[in-house]
Amino acid sequence: MNDGTRALSGRPVDDLTLDAVRVGEVGLADLRIHPETLERQAVIAQQHGNPQLAANLRRAAELTWLTDEEVLAIYEALRPGRSTAAELGALAGSLAARGLPLNAALLAEAAEVYARRGLIR
Amino acid sequence: MDAQRVNLDGFAVPDPALGLVAMDAPADPVPSLVIVDGRVIEMDGVAEPDFDSIDAFIARHGLDLDVAAETMALTDVNFARLLVDPFTPRAEVVRLTAGATPAKLARVLALLRPAELTMAMTKLRARRTPSNQAHVTNRLDDPLLLAADAATAVAFGFREIETTVPVLADAPSNAVACLIGATVAAPGVLIQCSVEEAAELELGMRGLTSYAETVSLYGTEQVFTDGDDTPWSKAFLASAYASRGMKMRVSSGAGAEVLMAGAEAKSMLYLESRCVALARAIGAQGVQNGGIDGASVAASVPSGLRELMAENVMVMARNLESCSGNDALMSESDMRRTSRTLPIVLAGSDFVFSGFGSIQRYDNMFGPSNFNAEDIDDFLAMQRDWGVDGGLRTVPPGRLLDLRREAAQVCADVYRYLGLADFSHVEEAADAAGSKDLGETDTLAVLGAAQAIRHRGLTVLDIVAALDECGYPEYAERALAFVRARLAGDYLQTSAIFDEQLSVLSLVTDPNDYAGPGTGYAPPPARQAEIDAIRQVRGVEDLRRSQSGLAIPGLFRPVGAASAGTSPRDVVIGVSPALGADVWQCLSGASVADVLREMLAGLEEEGCVGRVVRFPATVDLGQIGLAAARLSGSGIAIGLQGKGTALIHRRDLAPLANLELYSVAPSVTLDLYRLLGANAARHAKGATPDPARNPYSDEAIEARYHTTVIALMELERARVVPGAAPVELSLEGLL
Repeated sequence: MNDGTRALSGRPVDDLTLDAVRVGEVGLADLRIHPETLERQAVIAQQHGNPQLAANLRRAAELTWLTDEEVLAIYEALRPGRSTAAELGALAGSLAARGLPLNAALLAEAAEVYARRGLIR
Repeated sequence: MDAQRVNLDGFAVPDPALGLVAMDAPADPVPSLVIVDGRVIEMDGVAEPDFDSIDAFIARHGLDLDVAAETMALTDVNFARLLVDPFTPRAEVVRLTAGATPAKLARVLALLRPAELTMAMTKLRARRTPSNQAHVTNRLDDPLLLAADAATAVAFGFREIETTVPVLADAPSNAVACLIGATVAAPGVLIQCSVEEAAELELGMRGLTSYAETVSLYGTEQVFTDGDDTPWSKAFLASAYASRGMKMRVSSGAGAEVLMAGAEAKSMLYLESRCVALARAIGAQGVQNGGIDGASVAASVPSGLRELMAENVMVMARNLESCSGNDALMSESDMRRTSRTLPIVLAGSDFVFSGFGSIQRYDNMFGPSNFNAEDIDDFLAMQRDWGVDGGLRTVPPGRLLDLRREAAQVCADVYRYLGLADFSHVEEAADAAGSKDLGETDTLAVLGAAQAIRHRGLTVLDIVAALDECGYPEYAERALAFVRARLAGDYLQTSAIFDEQLSVLSLVTDPNDYAGPGTGYAPPPARQAEIDAIRQVRGVEDLRRSQSGLAIPGLFRPVGAASAGTSPRDVVIGVSPALGADVWQCLSGASVADVLREMLAGLEEEGCVGRVVRFPATVDLGQIGLAAARLSGSGIAIGLQGKGTALIHRRDLAPLANLELYSVAPSVTLDLYRLLGANAARHAKGATPDPARNPYSDEAIEARYHTTVIALMELERARVVPGAAPVELSLEGLL
């Protein structure tokens, strides 16, 4: 069923057995979805009439490389009145530099609209 | 009339200035779309420099600009017809809708009448197989009760469980308890713990929950900002959930903006159309809408229920999963709340309820749902009545108690093993209808468990290991299999649920193929049988068993062929073929022996002598009564069927005529049977008694008894011996 699917750790999903849990061989990274899986799902979403869902899954694929704390921090920064336009721009720049161009673009766009609509700090 | 509960509901004077208008408010914009060089420079009457944040996000991400010109050129009515026409494929509607601005789609949906909305929903929902979601919460956040109630919900067929908390800090414990309870009942149930966005994401990241839904969108920028989010923060949140392999949908719905005094004079449907366009734009796979917290606001204005259903259809037309409201009690009236829900049950939705209250109303921490635990039998009957699949099934009562005990026990064991808490009220939780049945519980222990789950960073792996260590390897394997299945990501697609074999049903794997009568989803035979077999059904054999349990063997001993009487005081009581053979209890609950005793006593009071004669040749009471009268020395007889219908007959009348008749057998009392005996005697003596009156009732007598009548008559028919002579029965046992 999980033909060839791997967890974020790189481990084949079919290796996630109860025996492996019993001997303490399974960690959190074995429970996390792999970006290639998300990319594969993005292609399927695109084929089924939803390019926006595809775009979301591709942004998600990038975010698999960030820690939970980093993800929550970016979310917090995007909430209204939390950041200056410059801060959002800088955050976008750092994401671009780390190889997350889609999320960088989302933040850059937010910086521009937030400034115009009074949503910046 | 004033006492009817519908008069407790609030009905508002429509007031567009407050947003108290369902559809087509005067201030709703005229649809427009101007595209220059692949960029939207005007949408719904607003020029790009004036776009608010919602417009801006939709204009940049939400519209298919290649199809937009074609869509916007359609007249509203022609577009509306495409939504309903069974010969226009769903895919074509989806293609065109992708180019519709919010104002355009709102106008189109406003044209659909109720039956047309039902047709459109039947065709446009994404997943072929309908499903249902349950709320599982309680006032105490009691983990054992949550586990038992989650197991109950899953047994009834719910494929998503949404929990929440009265005490925010309890959230991790509620998630774990529901996960355990659901896992005990069946594989593949999605669990959500509805709390503040960041907290909910954290639970998902640890694999303790498997979907998110309370990602709220609003139709005006002001209310959106008051909700402490923007379209960009929500878009990021959507990706954040997906990055942790977690299904999510957004939540919106009529009335929210009105309640927050921020509707900007727009109609509910237009504001919701903005939300749904934004949901698609941010890449959410689905939307929970159809009122939700504001359902009663929509219901307070004219055509409000149409508006609620139009919201769901709008989601489907935008090619998204619909979790179709019905999750807030929108009326004190049973008829109004049923009226609100029924069309969606008939059409079928991805989720017919975005939270059926599977627990007691008082335990629903979202507030009572439109249907609740006490309504499950009604809902199951509705499914069966219309032959539709609302996602639920009957659970044998015995299995339910075993399952609840198992879920509560497993939960207690896991909490103890993990050092979270030491609970011992397994039996109480299993037996409880709701938290009020638990008595005093240790709510601080719950809080402590929740804090431990959070601070120790427990994950679904810890739960798997604990299940295994506590002697439940089967449940451990089940929970782990679910983790593996989720890693494939297939359930991130639109409208995805897992079935109990862990196969994903979604827009991709189970697409709706409705194209008119004879197409689309119909329950497969096994599922139809499940829908039909509600626990109240009874057949002839059930009745035969219950009647034979009341039998008194030898009571009605035959003493030979019945002869004609000669005494003018002789009155025959003619009884039907199965009375006292297979039928021992009348519809009223009285035993046939007691009924005959009263009749004989009534005859005796008036100086007549009764005889009991069985007429095996016919089940027809008129024939029995007439034949009995012809045997009576007095020429007067009583006829009695096993079900309790009785009459007085005279030998010179036509078979269908009679002197007195008790036709409402369920309501006839023993006193009335005695009166019938006395009156028969008075007739025999040539008097004209005041006829006994049938008792009448305002209850649904026919609904209650017709199925039993049919079965009783079958027992009678099975005893018929055509042409057989009447047989006199001994009265010994009756005296």
